[in-house]
Amino acid sequence: MKITDKIIEKHGLKIEEFENIKKLLKREPNLLELGIFSAMWNEHCSYKSSKIHLKKLPIKGKQVIQGPGENAGVIDVGDDDAIIFKIESHNHPSYIEPYQGAATGVGGILRDVFTMGARPIALLNSIHFGSPKHSKTKSLLNGVVSGIGGYGNCIGIPTVAGETKFNETYNENILVNAMAVGHAKKDKIFYSKAKGLNKSVVYVGSKTGRDGIHGASMASAEFDENSDEKKPTVQVGDPFTEKLLMEACLELMKDNSIISIQDMGAAGLTSSSVEMASKGNLGIEIELDKVPCREENMTPYEMMLSESQERMLIILEDGKEQEAKKIFDKWDLDFVVIGKTTKTNNLTLKYNNKIEGEIPIDALSSKAPIYNRKWIKKKPSKKQINLKDLKKIKIEDALIKILSSPNHSNKSWITNQYDQSVMCDTVQKSGSDAAIIRIHNKDKAIAVSVDSSANYCKSHPITGGKQIVSENWRNLVTVGAKPLAITNCLNFGNPENEEIMGEFAECLEGIKEACEYLDYPVVSGNVSFYNGTNNKNIHPTPVIGGVGLIKKLNKPLDHKFKNENNILLLIGKTFGHLEQSCFLKENFSIDEGMPPEINLLNEKNNGETLLKLIDKNLILSSHDISSGGLITALSEMSISSGCGAKIQKPKKLMNLLKYFFGEDQARYVVEINANNLSKVENILKDNDIYYDNIGYTQEEYLEIEGELKISTKDLFKINNEWYNSY
Amino acid sequence: MRSSVIVFPGSNCDRDIAMALEKLQFKNQMVWHKETKLPKSDLIVIPGGFSYGDYLRSGAIAGKSLIINEVIKSANSGCLILGICNGFQILTETGLLKGTLLRNKNLKFINKDIYINVMNNKTNFSNKYKKNQVLKINIAHNEGNYFTDSKHLDELKKENLIVFKYCDEKGNINENSNPNGSLENIAGILNKKKNILGMMPHPERMVEEIISNKDGVNLFSSLLN
Repeated sequence: MKITDKIIEKHGLKIEEFENIKKLLKREPNLLELGIFSAMWNEHCSYKSSKIHLKKLPIKGKQVIQGPGENAGVIDVGDDDAIIFKIESHNHPSYIEPYQGAATGVGGILRDVFTMGARPIALLNSIHFGSPKHSKTKSLLNGVVSGIGGYGNCIGIPTVAGETKFNETYNENILVNAMAVGHAKKDKIFYSKAKGLNKSVVYVGSKTGRDGIHGASMASAEFDENSDEKKPTVQVGDPFTEKLLMEACLELMKDNSIISIQDMGAAGLTSSSVEMASKGNLGIEIELDKVPCREENMTPYEMMLSESQERMLIILEDGKEQEAKKIFDKWDLDFVVIGKTTKTNNLTLKYNNKIEGEIPIDALSSKAPIYNRKWIKKKPSKKQINLKDLKKIKIEDALIKILSSPNHSNKSWITNQYDQSVMCDTVQKSGSDAAIIRIHNKDKAIAVSVDSSANYCKSHPITGGKQIVSENWRNLVTVGAKPLAITNCLNFGNPENEEIMGEFAECLEGIKEACEYLDYPVVSGNVSFYNGTNNKNIHPTPVIGGVGLIKKLNKPLDHKFKNENNILLLIGKTFGHLEQSCFLKENFSIDEGMPPEINLLNEKNNGETLLKLIDKNLILSSHDISSGGLITALSEMSISSGCGAKIQKPKKLMNLLKYFFGEDQARYVVEINANNLSKVENILKDNDIYYDNIGYTQEEYLEIEGELKISTKDLFKINNEWYNSY
Repeated sequence: MRSSVIVFPGSNCDRDIAMALEKLQFKNQMVWHKETKLPKSDLIVIPGGFSYGDYLRSGAIAGKSLIINEVIKSANSGCLILGICNGFQILTETGLLKGTLLRNKNLKFINKDIYINVMNNKTNFSNKYKKNQVLKINIAHNEGNYFTDSKHLDELKKENLIVFKYCDEKGNINENSNPNGSLENIAGILNKKKNILGMMPHPERMVEEIISNKDGVNLFSSLLN
């Protein structure tokens, strides 16, 4: 078959890239080989546009056992325990087929974690939809939520935290990011690097079908009006089989028979075999006749590019095949030796004893294209909002507008569809700043949270990047956890557009600065470009998933007010920054100006001091102040507890709307017992922390002297209406 | 007391129930579904989860599995059987318990803490509770909407076979306190011989204060009584 320009284009490759392939092969590729290049050289697998920027991220630290480059990142949480975690996007498939797209997103990220020897202990997600008024939003929301629940509930891993946001920027391109967290013993971590010649390459798990062929290429292109036609490239999930595969793999891992193991995710058999061989500096030979197939007459091309789910590739030690097969037989899963490692440094594909394709491994990995794409800096907006130019608004009305908005409404309609309690180690469920999961059979725990702030990133990517890392860090601090490391899912538009590439480069610059300063390294992640339809790109949406450690688990700390007549302190300084705030967006539809400034020095100092107070058991409840400002944070503390608060007006002359709705960073509200006030104040002063005593908790009403009085029951109602009536 | 937990492919609360049993000093064994013999047991537990993926119908395939014949034999000879969530669904599929579990009324999976009222505290499974004691307990299911015919419902009432009903915090049993649409708020029932209990809520999730509460503990200590 002659490779025409049209075929090349259909494979998502540029003509220059095809010329490059010919040079590397020293001949023209056949169709099978072209398909393999297309799978490995697309953006999703090769990171060709992002690589040079990703290199700048801090990936090291005392706590890091394995940084980016493996199936997932690994951190040390003391004793002999390691936590393995990663976040990944499944945006494109979820827009086309929301249930299966979201479900297989969860399945894929779980495999990344248990492939490394961890038993998954928690799932999280970050999902972004278009405007609720958009005709597709409701069915997409329903489909995605049931897909996430359907997979996690069935496999029996609790879905413990997440975020759901709505913005018209996602009308034609939703975001579905799933994060999995697992626990392993430090000395029992499995990697994907192949070692040794003539070792058996074993295929385990589900059979291969025609689903998902070229899924990774689809995730590397923009959508257009014909996107619905891409439905056959969406994979179908089978959480039941994944449960069996997980148990079988974990059972096999108890023994020492695995040299290396890799899940078949994007680009299936192709990327898994190339990855293992490339890391081991070896060749790999596969006999495709042996691949277990679900459908008849599958061609080598289809087998190599299928993205059928719930499959793994394992390289075994000599003589371990029989024992290993027994385990997979027990779980009724396929177990077939399909090939071996070789010294040729080639990927060799045989079918009916004939070589159907042969490609040097490095042409698919280290020699894959890397682009230093052009990018431009974002000009900081000079726009300042003057409240005098806006219609007068009462604090109460503005607050109600925020609490009843889709983005701030209570999300139990969603979280009640997820099993949050299975495995019996969920100490704190979603709804707090961070979820808390106990390490099984131990008295320590991890805290996890996932966050994004696309509006901030859109208006000023560097500040947005810093802000989102800081907010995620703060969310772990508020529950008393020491933040350890993050995983990131970088959702952006078309990287061939200089402005979009600029958003990417600058967001990463911000993420880097914050991670470095807070000693909060990136250990894993994923890049998703081409989020957009017909040249309309989404707002830059980096999503940060953080993990922190609670060394000694006592009573979990949350943001519910505990009792009346306790003192409320506001830690951190309030300037009243309203540009890019949710106050302006919800009440006046204004989203102009700069996001609030990030002062990493204060961020770190305030957070670390709060951790000291928590360690000394001086804090009864705590909440970080983010979107919606101080009054929204206080409302959330009231709503979740049914206990109110009486707040004084600021002593300094400041506009009340700015004071109560401003989104200045590095701030927390904490509740303390009046008897402990001087102790707490001394510690705050010793650490040079700015704080204000803003009032005290009281029965039933959230009140600002002479400005606002609203019952917690009413607040609860306002906050719980939207989802149930949507 | 010796207990056996049956593990089907797709069971996912097997570890949780085993932890709870061991915490309460049961001598527990896990029994793989392909076994053809059960170890000597005073209690057999069929745990929650998605046995065989719940494909076809919840519990349907497990209800026809090899080991289930042994469970039926033991049940008929008076061994205590406890089916939780998917275990309850499996027990109705085998016929050991009558009635069936339909899709939740709101057609969605529901996971939350709800309340149940102890209707009968004179059973092997509930004798440590007070009558009409209100328990806060977790549910997690798609098909928990209990239904049966009127003849069987009469029998359930007459023979006092309803052990738990969904209620509110104060113990009121009404439509508002019914999370899934179950007939007469039924959350757990016995067979006529009162040696088999099927229930949708998860008592094994309620045995530790730091995780939830201890409202489930007395179900297990009742069995030891």
